[in-house]
Amino acid sequence: MGERLRPYQVLVGSRMRSQTAYRRSFVSDLLGSVSIGLMEFAEVYVVFSNVDVLGELDFAAAVLLFALANVGFSVADLLVGHVDNLPVYLRAGTLDAYLLRPLPVLAQLITSDVSLRRLGRVVVSVVLLVVALPLNDIDWTAAKVALLVLTPLTAAAVFAGLFVCASAVQFWLVEGSEFANAFTYGGAYASGYPASIFSLPMRLLFTFVVPATFTAYLPVLVLLDLPGPAGTPQWLGWCAPLAALAVWTVALLGWRAGLRHYTGTGS
Amino acid sequence: MRLFATLVILGFRRWSTYRLATAAGAFTNTVFGLIKASITVGAIGAAGGTLAGYDALTGATYAWIVQALIAPVNVFNWNELALRIRDGDIAIDLARPLDPQFAYLAGFLGRAAHQFIPRGAPPLLAGALITGLALPSTPLPYLLGLVSITLGISVSFATWWLVNLAAFWLIELRGVLTLNVVAMGILSGLVIPVHWFPDWLATIAGLTPYPSMLQAPADVVMARAEGTAALGILAVQAAWLTGVLLLGRLVFARGARKLVVQGG
Repeated sequence: MGERLRPYQVLVGSRMRSQTAYRRSFVSDLLGSVSIGLMEFAEVYVVFSNVDVLGELDFAAAVLLFALANVGFSVADLLVGHVDNLPVYLRAGTLDAYLLRPLPVLAQLITSDVSLRRLGRVVVSVVLLVVALPLNDIDWTAAKVALLVLTPLTAAAVFAGLFVCASAVQFWLVEGSEFANAFTYGGAYASGYPASIFSLPMRLLFTFVVPATFTAYLPVLVLLDLPGPAGTPQWLGWCAPLAALAVWTVALLGWRAGLRHYTGTGS
Repeated sequence: MRLFATLVILGFRRWSTYRLATAAGAFTNTVFGLIKASITVGAIGAAGGTLAGYDALTGATYAWIVQALIAPVNVFNWNELALRIRDGDIAIDLARPLDPQFAYLAGFLGRAAHQFIPRGAPPLLAGALITGLALPSTPLPYLLGLVSITLGISVSFATWWLVNLAAFWLIELRGVLTLNVVAMGILSGLVIPVHWFPDWLATIAGLTPYPSMLQAPADVVMARAEGTAALGILAVQAAWLTGVLLLGRLVFARGARKLVVQGG
């Protein structure tokens, strides 16, 4: 096993060294990432400076929701977010180099460009989570603790799966890569808000097609003992791992189909 | 002036090549519009029906109009100049018998003109179908709106120009460009109308050119500001445009003096 993982360790290690080599650039990148996290949060803050409750959630609950969704998304973004660079590789023909190496292409792509600067946003969301937890009146049980620990992990898995789905579609779209952003970044955006403010079709879309509500909203309903709006009852909050599994099944099948569809430019 | 028009047309033609990318962008703008309109309407409902002068319909309209303007105003990225400074191509721009800032502004406006309908119409159409739009029924707000949008696009250009100039002094610009996107994201009214800001944030926004990029055109087009109030907004936009463009010229001149081109 250790032997098999060794090439990836080397790849990731080299990426990390190269990114931290220029200290000042790295720090400014990191600050940029922190500020993106803060920008996203500013929206929640401004909304709640005008209202007390949004979609049955008060400010503390909304921060918890936002933090959970963002921990998941930012971790996924850190680990696999760069797979949406695929169109660049397709256009330049550099994907062919990956095909020549005796490692799975997806695994190479994921380990090729882990962007450490994205840690900034992870830190912002973890801090928000730590602040939000004691502010909420949660009736702790062992099951809820387990759910709380599991939620960021499943959320990261869901968003990572969405990134891979989006990247698989690029084999066909290439130039239209932004289509997929509607579902990856759009899903991430929608997941930070109580889904009860969405219309029913939209809520179903962001639950059963793009499983964004599984990443934070549904688990938060369980944590706070809220019933949940029509179409997305509270018990679904326990099903987040299933959602992650479903996304990854589609992602891997799609990726396989995409890679088979790909033909090099014949350089 | 003829030269400027030619450059605008060239900018338009350059961008008209990327049709699929334009369609994809419009689709994404529309999906985000749907989410934003839901959040805006949800917040207005939670506030009891009106919030800082917006009711559910005008709130949704605001969200859709902003989505329609994102591409022309170019909120998310413009690093053309920075890349040319970094690889030395800027020397070619300096050798041309026309002012670089003027030429790039023309290209930026040409791009915006191309994006205006294909990237703007889909979100507005979706808005009209899904939430309905509250648009004025007289022609004046649209005429003033067109001026305001052009000013907004130009202010965006002036700001991006200034930020890109940091490339004369820094090697890696991503962090700096990101900070501009973030400032624009919060302070321009992109995610939330500036009118909803708590006082301290509204004060900060007022001290920057960002509200002139999106909030101002949206206010004028939606006739939230009419008559002299609308003219006042245009004047503020024009003032920011002049100020930031002039500052950009100053910084560019200093940067150009420092410029060393490899192999030149």
